[in-house]
Amino acid sequence: MSVVTEVSPDGQKLTISVKGRFDFAKHQEFRQSYENTKLSAVVVDLKDATYLDSSALGMLLLLRDHAGGDDSDVRVVNSSTDVRKILAISNFDKLFDIS
Amino acid sequence: MVMQPLTILIAEDSAADRLLLSSILRRLGHDVLTAANGAEAVDTFRQQQPHLVLMDAMMPVMDGFEAARQIKALAGETLVPIIFLTSLSESEALARCLEVGGDDFLAKPYNQVILAAKIKAMDRLRRLQDTVLQQRDQIARHHDYLLNEQRVAKAVFDKVAHSGCLNAAPNIRYLQSPYALFNGDLLLAAFTPAGDMHVLLGDFTGHGLPAAVGAMPLAEVFYGMTAKGYGLADTLREMNAKLKRILPVDMFCCATLLCLSFQRRSVEVWNGGMPDGYLHRVASGERTLLPARHLPLGVLSPESFDERTEVFPMVLGDRVFLLSDGVIDTCDANDQLFGVQRLQQVFAANRQPDALFEEIEQALRQFGGETRDDVSMVEISLLEPAQITPPALVYSDSGQSCPLDWSVSFEFRAATLKRFNPLPYLLQLLLEVHGLRSQSGELYSVLAELYSNALEHGVLGLDSSLKRDASGFARYYQQRNTRLDELQEGYVRLHLQVAPTDDGGCLTIRIEDSGKGFDVERVMARPMDDIRLSGRGVSMIRQLGRNARWTDDGRSACVEFIWKAAQ
Repeated sequence: MSVVTEVSPDGQKLTISVKGRFDFAKHQEFRQSYENTKLSAVVVDLKDATYLDSSALGMLLLLRDHAGGDDSDVRVVNSSTDVRKILAISNFDKLFDIS
Repeated sequence: MVMQPLTILIAEDSAADRLLLSSILRRLGHDVLTAANGAEAVDTFRQQQPHLVLMDAMMPVMDGFEAARQIKALAGETLVPIIFLTSLSESEALARCLEVGGDDFLAKPYNQVILAAKIKAMDRLRRLQDTVLQQRDQIARHHDYLLNEQRVAKAVFDKVAHSGCLNAAPNIRYLQSPYALFNGDLLLAAFTPAGDMHVLLGDFTGHGLPAAVGAMPLAEVFYGMTAKGYGLADTLREMNAKLKRILPVDMFCCATLLCLSFQRRSVEVWNGGMPDGYLHRVASGERTLLPARHLPLGVLSPESFDERTEVFPMVLGDRVFLLSDGVIDTCDANDQLFGVQRLQQVFAANRQPDALFEEIEQALRQFGGETRDDVSMVEISLLEPAQITPPALVYSDSGQSCPLDWSVSFEFRAATLKRFNPLPYLLQLLLEVHGLRSQSGELYSVLAELYSNALEHGVLGLDSSLKRDASGFARYYQQRNTRLDELQEGYVRLHLQVAPTDDGGCLTIRIEDSGKGFDVERVMARPMDDIRLSGRGVSMIRQLGRNARWTDDGRSACVEFIWKAAQ
């Protein structure tokens, strides 16, 4: 599995970890990881993500939309230098809490 | 599964063996053809195309090896399995059966059970090959179909995308892969009524038709609003709102939009999600980065969209480079990326500014093993206004309803000045007057200068001497944004009067502002020099309009345009 999910014990936080290339090939898996969950807080863990393309950015937007749009609480954590560069060019730090 | 009966050819010189095999195969439900030597086998195959061949290796006239070779050649892409019947036992001879194209062999004397099993196995292979071929042909058909669809879509799109001045303007060079559109890259350029040039380089997420579909409305907004004289901010707001409305959540468009002003010698830039652009200064070889300051178009709601731009001064020959991520992400044979550093090195090594574009192209060619199809790159240079000829506007009305005697006054107050650009509306109104149409560029330039003087120096109280050098230039536009954000009161009043004269007509434009005014005599005494970045507006108004005059300590400006009636 290259997309792994984990729900915190209190059921409040969903953590989605993406491994390897985060691109269109993960579309299905990524969507299924949160689709049937009621989301209050979401963490996307990119510790093991090696690459991120524009369709991954689109997937993050879909997740944000599902989690409540402007009222959502989506954090993107553990992004590598390369991944962070891509997020920075797109100015996604204005939409997501990125660390 | 019950096996479909096959037509099987037996090539065997021994009549007894032929009989024996025939009866086994018939009992299994197959149809049987027979041949007594290789040559006969080839003939029979040619005439009746059996599904499978049982071939004796040693036969008179033509042996089984040669017959197998010929049958395989005749069968072409279709798999006709050949099972060699052989009493040979040396491994070399057995290997030869397979080398000449046989698919399997069966040792004499025949074992019925094994023969039946082998025929079944070979039939499976035969069907597999059949399916593969069918699917391959189907894919090829679909592929042709798709390519054709793309060709048609591209032809339609080229009409839309290239209605601008991309190919006509002498100051634009660009590189775009022929099918870049289907990778979501978009390059647009057009003139504003004042003779400024708007350029957009965009990159949609996704590939194929979805990306191209989003490009259409974007191009329409770009051309429509540019031609009507809207500035970058209005155009950006409209593009963003439109894309946000029509695109699915996960689709958006990274874009750099810029306005190059030949008159004011400056470039205004907005970059949302594209790689750094470059302003290349020819005199010093320095480069100013034009980095992404914003989210891409189509992501934010209209309320939270940020259309703030940056303005940089330019001198003649300076050029702006924009590129898509395909340039930086071009890969060499070892999967290494071309990268920003290599691009910077090409810039640094450049000695002849006119060769820079080719040098980048060449560096990409030398670096990349294969060319990507999403490489887009554009260079826009600042030339003398006289070297740039915007195309004449085309009007479709006859002139019967042309308004010739009227006046109108507006007062734009603080809340309006913050967000609204009245110039496109005013210009549209004025161009209903046929006599003014041939001067639409001058008219728009003068209106734009008068309006921005009244707003920036009058209402906002900005000091034009700030624009004397490059860093002051940037500060000037930062202050402009801040003061506009904080604006609480003030006004710009505009009076337009059109009156007929003996041989044509006259438009009088008067503009007043709530600012402190300026020392008219001192400004008028200055020579109309071209080099300074500040104060160019006043001299431009005096050159393009007639009887330009300032009263009320500079708080009121008046200028005329006249025309002769058509004979």
